[in-house]
Amino acid sequence: MILYLLRRLVLLAFVFIALSILAFSLGYLFPGEPWQNFSGLRSASSEQLAQLTTLYRLDQGYIAQYLAYLTRIFSGDWGLSFASQQPLLQEMLTLLPATLELAAYALFISFFIGIPIGIIAAVKPDGVLSKLISAIAVTGYSIPVFWWALLLIMLFSLGLGWLPTAGRIGVLYEVNHVTGFMLLDILLSDSHHQQEALINALRHLLLPTLVLATFPTTVMIRFTRDSMLDVWEQSYIKTARAKGLNRGQVLYRHGLRNALLPVIRQIGLQFSTLITLAMITEVIFSWPGIGRWLIDSIYQRNYPAIQAGLLVISTLVISVNMLTEILHTLFNPLARKR
Amino acid sequence: MNLPWITTANTRYLTRLWLLSAASVLSACQPQLPETVRSGLVYCSEGSPESFNPQLVTSGTTIDAISQQLYDRLLDIAPGSGELLPGLALSWQVSDDGLVYQFTLRPDVQFHHTEYFTPSRPLSADDVVFTFNRIMLTEHPFHAQGGANYPFFQSVDWAGLVKSVTAPSRTQVRFTLSRPDSSFLSNLATDFAAILSAEYGQQLQASGNLSRLDSHPIGTGPFRFREYQKDVLIRYYRHRHYWRELAKPEQLVFDIVPNNARRMAKLFTHECDVVAFPRVAELSLISQRPDVDVQESTSMNVGFWAFNTAKAPFNNVKVRQALALAINREAILQAVYFGHATAANSVLPPTSWAYNPNLSAQQFDPIRARQLLTEAGYADGFSMDIWAMPVQRLYNPNALKMAELMQADLAQIGVRASIVSYEWNSFRRKLGANEHDSVLIGWSADNADPDNFFRPLLSCSAAQTGTNRANWCDENFDRFIAQALLTADQKQRRSYYMAAQQYLSEQMPLLPIAHSQRFQAINSTIKGIQINPYGGIALANATKDIK
Repeated sequence: MILYLLRRLVLLAFVFIALSILAFSLGYLFPGEPWQNFSGLRSASSEQLAQLTTLYRLDQGYIAQYLAYLTRIFSGDWGLSFASQQPLLQEMLTLLPATLELAAYALFISFFIGIPIGIIAAVKPDGVLSKLISAIAVTGYSIPVFWWALLLIMLFSLGLGWLPTAGRIGVLYEVNHVTGFMLLDILLSDSHHQQEALINALRHLLLPTLVLATFPTTVMIRFTRDSMLDVWEQSYIKTARAKGLNRGQVLYRHGLRNALLPVIRQIGLQFSTLITLAMITEVIFSWPGIGRWLIDSIYQRNYPAIQAGLLVISTLVISVNMLTEILHTLFNPLARKR
Repeated sequence: MNLPWITTANTRYLTRLWLLSAASVLSACQPQLPETVRSGLVYCSEGSPESFNPQLVTSGTTIDAISQQLYDRLLDIAPGSGELLPGLALSWQVSDDGLVYQFTLRPDVQFHHTEYFTPSRPLSADDVVFTFNRIMLTEHPFHAQGGANYPFFQSVDWAGLVKSVTAPSRTQVRFTLSRPDSSFLSNLATDFAAILSAEYGQQLQASGNLSRLDSHPIGTGPFRFREYQKDVLIRYYRHRHYWRELAKPEQLVFDIVPNNARRMAKLFTHECDVVAFPRVAELSLISQRPDVDVQESTSMNVGFWAFNTAKAPFNNVKVRQALALAINREAILQAVYFGHATAANSVLPPTSWAYNPNLSAQQFDPIRARQLLTEAGYADGFSMDIWAMPVQRLYNPNALKMAELMQADLAQIGVRASIVSYEWNSFRRKLGANEHDSVLIGWSADNADPDNFFRPLLSCSAAQTGTNRANWCDENFDRFIAQALLTADQKQRRSYYMAAQQYLSEQMPLLPIAHSQRFQAINSTIKGIQINPYGGIALANATKDIK
C-alpha cells in the first residue's frame, strides 16, 4: 500500500512539473514582455527592471528562469494582477473558498440525492418509476447549464420573486472574511444579525447549488443504477442470500459496498467537469469565485492572473482526482494488487 | 432485475423525507424584511469608481458613488433654482474688484471617524487650504499622487486663475484670483471641489502611505467609508457626527452591476433599491410594475457630434455645415432616445438662463447639404470615421445605433462613413490624442453656470488638455467666453453667451443633437431621492417606507 501511495505521489509530482512548465512558458507565449507577465507590473523604472531581471534570472537560460519561477511559486510570490495590482496568491486564496463551497455543496447534493434515487431506479428497472427517473436523469444530463440557470432565475427570482439572482449574500450583510466559506464565516461572526444573515446566505446559495448539482446528480443516478444492476447479477450476491443473510444485510454488506466503489472513482472523474460547470454557474449568478475571476481575467487580458489561475485550478483538479483514486484503492483491495 | 427488499413503503418514506427537507429550505425564502435590510439602502450602479477623491475624476459613475455621499463642498447648489447655498462656508464676501473671495467656515464640522483615522479636531481653514493647494501647488506633498491630473480644475484653468489660497484665521479662508471670474463660486460648488482633511494628509505623510488619501477617503459628508471591493461593491456607514441632519440609511451599499439586464433583474427581485440608468427602451415596461417607480428629471446635459476641426476636410466650415444638415435628428430622437429627449439647438440646454432662444432650429436638408459639399470642393463626397462611444450615457444612450442611423443619412449626400469603437478607456485615451475624424459623445453639467458648457468643451485650453472633442481653438469664441467671465453682471454675461452660441451655430465645430432626461428606477417603497440636475446623486435622505 505504501509503495502504491509513493507511486501515486511521484506521478503527482511529475504532473505538477508538467503543469508548472506550461504555466511558466505562458509567460513567454502571452503578448507582452515576460517580466510583465510574471510580475504583473505594467511599467517599471530601469532600477525595478534590473531588480526583476536578477530576481527572475532573465539574463540566464530558460532552465535557470524556470527554477527561479518554481522557487517563487513555492515561496508564495505569484506576482500581481494586472487589473487590481493586488498579489495574485492572496486574491486567489480569498476567491477559492467561494468556488469550493459551491462545488462541495453541489457534490454533497449529488451524493445524497443521486445515490438513493439511483438505488430506487434499480429496484424495478422496468417499472414506471425507474423509467421516469431515467428520463429525468437524461434530461438533466443533457440540459445546458447556462440555459437551465437562466430558466430557474426566470422562474424563482423574476417570476415568483422568492430567491435572489446574484451573489453569495445580500450586500447589506457585512461578513468578515475569516475562512472564506460563507456559512462558516457567518457562524463565526458575533453580529446580532447572524440568523438573518444565515438565512439570506442560504437563499443565495440555493439556486447556484441546484444548478451546479444537476449534472453530477444525474451522473450519480445513472451510475448508481447501472452499477447496482451490475452487482446484482454477481454470483456472490446469490451466495450471500443462500447463506441466509437477510435482505438488508445483503444490500448493505455486499450490494452497496461493491456497487458504490466505482461511484467513488466517479467523483474524481466528475470533479473537472464540476469545476468547469462551476465557472459558468459563477458567471451567471455573479458568484465571486475563482471561475468567474478567471473568465474576467481572460476578458481583461490579465495574463499573470490567467497563468496563476490555470496553475491553481489544474493542480486542484489533479489533486482531487488523485485523492479519490487513493480512496478507491483503499476501499478496493483488488485495485491495490493491480 | 428487481430489488425486492426495498418496498414501495420505503420509497414513499424516502420521498416524503426529501420533500420535507426541500420544504424547510423553501420556507426560508418567504419574503421577510429583517432589520439589516430595512435600515440599509442598496444603490445598483453601472460601474466601479476610478478613485475616491472627486478632484481626480470627471466620470459620472465615480461622482455619483463618492461625491455627495462622502464629502461636502464650501457651497451647494439648490437643485431647483441652481442658486448657490452655504455649505461648509457659512458666508462669503467678494472684494469690489472681484479678485478676493473670503469665506467664513461653519464651526464644529466633524470629519469621519473610521478604523484608519480618528480626527482630533473639527474642520478648519487648514483643511480647505490643503485641499485646494493640492491642485495648484506642485510642491504640495500630494500633488503628484495619481499623476498630477485634475481634469475638471485643469479644464477651467484653475492654476492660472487662483493665485493663492490662505487661512487668515482658523475659520477664514481667502482665495486671491489673478483675474475676475464670475463662474468661480459655481466651480467651488461642483462635486469636484470636495473638502479633504489636512490632518489625515499629515498622518498619511508620516506613515508614507500617500496613495491612501485617494483610496481610503476621509471627508465630512453624510456617510463614512467602510470597504470597497473592485467590481463588487462599495460599503458606507452613516456618519454619526454629521453637521446636517443625519443620513436616513444606517448603511449605504453601491452594488456594482455593469450589465443592464442584470441590474433590472435585481430591481425586480428587490435586491436593489435604486437602479442607475435604466435603459430608455425598457422604461415603459418598468413603469407597468406596481413595485417600481420611474423618476424623471430634466438634466443639464447635451449629446453631440463633434468634428475634429484640425483635420481636413473638417477644417472647412462648409463641410461641417453640410454634415450637420444631412442628419435627420427627428429619427434619432425617436430611435435612440425613444422620445425622452428634446432636440438641441445649442450646446446649452433651454433651461439655462444664458440660453439663446433666437437660434434657428437645425434643419434636415440633404439637398442643401450636397450643394454645400460641392461648394467646398467635395462634389463626390468623401470617406470618414464616426467614433461611437462604447458605453451608455445619459446624453447618449446608444451611440452605436445613432452612428448607424447617421451612416445611412450621410450616404444620401455621398459621404461614406465607417463606425469605429473601442473599449471605453482606450476610446477616451485615443480621443484625447485626437485620433478621431468625428465622435458621438456628450457632456453633463457639473454646476448651473453656463460657462461649464463652453470652457471645458470648446475653449483653446480644453483643446490643449484634450477634453475639447472638436479639437477647436478659435480666438473669437474664446474672447466671447473670456469676456463673459470678467463681468459679474448677469445681463451682460448673457449677451456674451448669446453671441457665443450664435457663433457656434455658424461655425459648427460640433452638432448638438439632444438634451436628454435623466431616469432612475427605484423601488416604490423608497422616498426622498431627488435627482440633482448638476451632477452626482444624493442618497442621504432616502427612507424605506416598510412596516
